[in-house]
Amino acid sequence: MNQKIKQKIAFFLFRLFSFFIVGILVSILGFIVINGIGVINWDFLTKSPTEGMTAGGIFPAIVGTFYLVIGSLIFAVPLGIMSAIYTTEYAGNGYIVRFIRLMTNNLASVPSIVFGLFGMALFVNNLGFGDSILAGSLTLGLLTLPLIIRTSEEALKAVPDSYRSGSMALGASKLQTIRKVVLPSALPNILTGVILSVGRVSGETAPILFTVAAYFLPNLPQSIFDQAMALPYHLYVLATSGTDLEASRPMAYGTALVLIIIVLVFNLAATFMRQRLNKKFKQN
Amino acid sequence: MAQKNILGKFAEKFAESLLTVSGALTTVAILFITIFLFKEGFGLFKTPAIEDGYGLYVNSENPVSQLRPLDVKNMYDEEITNWNAVDGMNQEIMVFRIDDVFDYYSDEDLGENYSLLPEKLSHIISDHKNIIAYVPKEFAPSAVQGVKEVKVLNNSLSDFFLGREWLPTATPSPLFGSLPLILGTLLVSLIAIVLALPLGLGVAVYLSELADERMRKFLKPVIELLAGIPSVVYGFFGLVVVAPLVQKAFNLPVGETAFTGGLILAIMALPTIISVAEDAISNTPRAMREASLALGATQWQTIHKVVIPYAGSGISAAAVLGIGRAVGETMAVLMITGNAAVIPSSIFEPVRTIPATIAAELGEAPSGGQHYQALFLLGCILFLISMMISVISDMISKKKTYKSV
Repeated sequence: MNQKIKQKIAFFLFRLFSFFIVGILVSILGFIVINGIGVINWDFLTKSPTEGMTAGGIFPAIVGTFYLVIGSLIFAVPLGIMSAIYTTEYAGNGYIVRFIRLMTNNLASVPSIVFGLFGMALFVNNLGFGDSILAGSLTLGLLTLPLIIRTSEEALKAVPDSYRSGSMALGASKLQTIRKVVLPSALPNILTGVILSVGRVSGETAPILFTVAAYFLPNLPQSIFDQAMALPYHLYVLATSGTDLEASRPMAYGTALVLIIIVLVFNLAATFMRQRLNKKFKQN
Repeated sequence: MAQKNILGKFAEKFAESLLTVSGALTTVAILFITIFLFKEGFGLFKTPAIEDGYGLYVNSENPVSQLRPLDVKNMYDEEITNWNAVDGMNQEIMVFRIDDVFDYYSDEDLGENYSLLPEKLSHIISDHKNIIAYVPKEFAPSAVQGVKEVKVLNNSLSDFFLGREWLPTATPSPLFGSLPLILGTLLVSLIAIVLALPLGLGVAVYLSELADERMRKFLKPVIELLAGIPSVVYGFFGLVVVAPLVQKAFNLPVGETAFTGGLILAIMALPTIISVAEDAISNTPRAMREASLALGATQWQTIHKVVIPYAGSGISAAAVLGIGRAVGETMAVLMITGNAAVIPSSIFEPVRTIPATIAAELGEAPSGGQHYQALFLLGCILFLISMMISVISDMISKKKTYKSV
């Protein structure tokens, strides 16, 4: 009897914890949506900030974040996929792969501010790119590399070995097999990882603080050597260092909402895609 | 045909070597990060701890010939007032800054473009046995007699790691004691993990043992969304909502405290803790649960006495990774912990963490200067912590424990 009561209490607590977590998410999202939704309109999305960031819009920040996402993916996606192909298809299962995997895990656990420091030391100062979209993209690309490698590895591993054997038996070389058979069937899953990294990259602030982000720019960036504004940094600026914090609050809510929508849409898209793919895979 | 074959073979070899090279990518990245952080950071120990382009001068009869950075700071803050505190003579210290020259001479005395300043400085210094003068090197006292330069020692490892004061812009000698920052980071992370671990573990048990399929399908995306919210949004939420709440609830002068930071970090660490712990729990063999149930144990007893001990290593890995998440978090902490670089005496006081310090100060630190180097050194600490955490969690989760089963 006593044990049954204990069990009831414990299970009740666990259920409560789970609802509590849902509550946290709902209150964060709810708070930002309720306060931000009124701010968002066409002008907010297409105009520059005006009057000391207390009015106008966030267009330059949206554009900047867009450039940074594209830039970082250009670096990280091909390299990440190639690295994953090497570890899953070529390197076997020995000492080297274990070491590479450890290093990938290590890289994934490096705090984002350390990426910022490194990006500043290498790209901004040593290579002389200055504060630029190029330096920021490279830094963000490096940050998201482990994520892309990991998801690509999983995608490649999920391709049944019979596909490979079948292709080889028809006389195709290993590289042909990878290019024509393995990669196409792994592609949807790889894409899930890429979508996840879009969400990750567009929300990161610390790595771009010293590599690209600008407080305010009157013009849109013209080349990859220009500085850019970015949504997460813009939110940070609005929240902490505006000239008139109270007056810029609505802008901050609006920026937070736009940022959250972008990040969560990509996250949900990845989750949704993964679920559908898994279902398809099971049916096969 | 044969030629095409050779070309094809060549292309294949080329592609394969390209793949091999990219396989080493993350290793190279880690290597580069290590090299650059340490190269920039360790410069701090190689240069004297005094502002670039400045010198400290004393009367030549003063037996003191070198000073520690902390002593210099204490002299100019008048916390040390007698030369005998730094093994000198028993005399009161007379602190002199370049502006003080106008107490002795008028603008005209100093000549055009202050050309006579070095000479006048020499007079002042040789006239006062107990003086210590902090002046730019371009106006360094010209006289050879009566004046000598005091060497300021380099920052040492113990100055950096055990120093209790972080005053990166203090003159003449900035102080880079990182102890308050290290303790601040530990305190905030500790609060976060104490709050997040029981909560996360509970949710993990619920997810893997109790929840039905529908509930799981609902909770999993919720947790992923929590993980996806950018840290700057957490910071904003903490700043606008949580900090005022904490301030009101505990009746504090400010809401931005270590506790506020720990609270937000706990939420941010939850997804990591839940997913790792859940993996560990659901990996417990079915046979074990069934054996326990067959012996008459309730489901809770089974979870409590069999499943959780079996998953122990995975759960500790979850805790370690959660701490890692908290230690490295930058933006949220920067926005809500109040940023006071003092050794915290209570969890309801403002603190400053290592990542927040880097984020807040690197923009203002001149590239290559001591402040810049000190911030990179902080980066080295973070980097080493994250490496350690990654390796430890790797080791823990590989180890299969059967203890107490």
